[in-house]
Amino acid sequence: MTGWTALLLRDLRLARRVGAGAELGLVFFLILVSLLPFAIGADQRFISRIAPAFLWLAALLATLLGLDRLLQADEEEGVLDQFMLSGTPLELLVLAKALAHWLVTGLPLSLVAPLLGLMLAIEPQAMVPLALSLLVGTPALTLIGLIGAALTVSLKRGGLLLSVLVLPLTVPTLIFGATLVKEAALGRPYTTPLMLLGGMTLLMLVIAPVSAAAALRHARQ
Amino acid sequence: MALISTLGTVPAPALAIRGLAMARGYRTLFRDLDIDLAPGQVLQLTGPNGTGKSTLLRLIAGFLKPDAGTIRWSPVPDEVSPGEWLHYSGHHEGLRDGLTAQDNVATLASLLGGDPARTGAALGAVGAAPLAELPVEVLSAGQRRRVALARLLVAPRPVWLLDEPFTALDRDGQALVRQLIGAQAAAGGLVIAATHQPLDLPDLVHVVLGGPAS
Repeated sequence: MTGWTALLLRDLRLARRVGAGAELGLVFFLILVSLLPFAIGADQRFISRIAPAFLWLAALLATLLGLDRLLQADEEEGVLDQFMLSGTPLELLVLAKALAHWLVTGLPLSLVAPLLGLMLAIEPQAMVPLALSLLVGTPALTLIGLIGAALTVSLKRGGLLLSVLVLPLTVPTLIFGATLVKEAALGRPYTTPLMLLGGMTLLMLVIAPVSAAAALRHARQ
Repeated sequence: MALISTLGTVPAPALAIRGLAMARGYRTLFRDLDIDLAPGQVLQLTGPNGTGKSTLLRLIAGFLKPDAGTIRWSPVPDEVSPGEWLHYSGHHEGLRDGLTAQDNVATLASLLGGDPARTGAALGAVGAAPLAELPVEVLSAGQRRRVALARLLVAPRPVWLLDEPFTALDRDGQALVRQLIGAQAAAGGLVIAATHQPLDLPDLVHVVLGGPAS
């Protein structure tokens, strides 16, 4: 087994622990979505209209959970030092960590979102596109978060700063993701936002591991 | 103990440090530091607290860049970064809470290019076999140290950088560390240890940081 898969499996195993964030992200998403009708009232037409945007916002906030500990826990225990000594490039190792994070937050979120969309009276024809948009878009959110996590790795209480750093960078993903679901709900083609969303994710796939690894190396100095 | 004799399967490079200088903040820790180490030698670093022993080890590990001077390994294996032939054992053990000792060491073995299948034997060799299935957060400080030592055995590497290797260890544990260091040196490996405990080894190179000489 290579170091890369060993790290991926280790992080997945860690995520299974109670309170580690895996299932919490999902529960947080569920709570946010169920709070919305309480705040808005029984205006079903209105809720249905803002549902795509709201589901995407909720997914964004749920992805942020646990990001502050993504690299920090390894840094505090001295495991990041061992990453530096591994034959596997640091860029790939942080990518493995991001993948593990996505597998336990973004992926279940994407699969559950259409069901929660039902609660918000989302149009039936938008349910599959909603899951698709989250599947394609949430990796970008995790990867942007990876950069933030690397930048705040040495700060004791960096969680808030991380959100402030990361949220503005997620704007394009949010726009394309919410647009996709909105277009689908209106029965219009949504290929263009899907392509742009995929483009964002691919771009982040290239930028994030390199930036995160550079930030971590800089943090040692 | 069979594992200990299989250390140092890779020939160690020689270390040459020339004119090394490092400052932290406004404080110069050392300057014009020269150190030569040949394979099979053990270097003991001593000096008052805060004189840069840990910093020097992190410089040699490549985690930090020196303000001046060079750290050279020769012969340099082709296309291998220094990080891939050395072990660094610092104040933190490199063990993640929530995982068992076994899982922790096996993951590190994979990461460091070692053999995860040796984990059980390595834990046995450092006297931590009964702890293998326990999550590391329930272990005592000394037990964690022992588990961390197993890392040196699952991934044989010619150079060891040990920062305070005797911390929290009992008498047997300290004897074990001396035995490991001795075996590594005998196998042609190279060990640099920052500690004030006597190492009781022949052919010991001693460097004192923060003394009048530096």
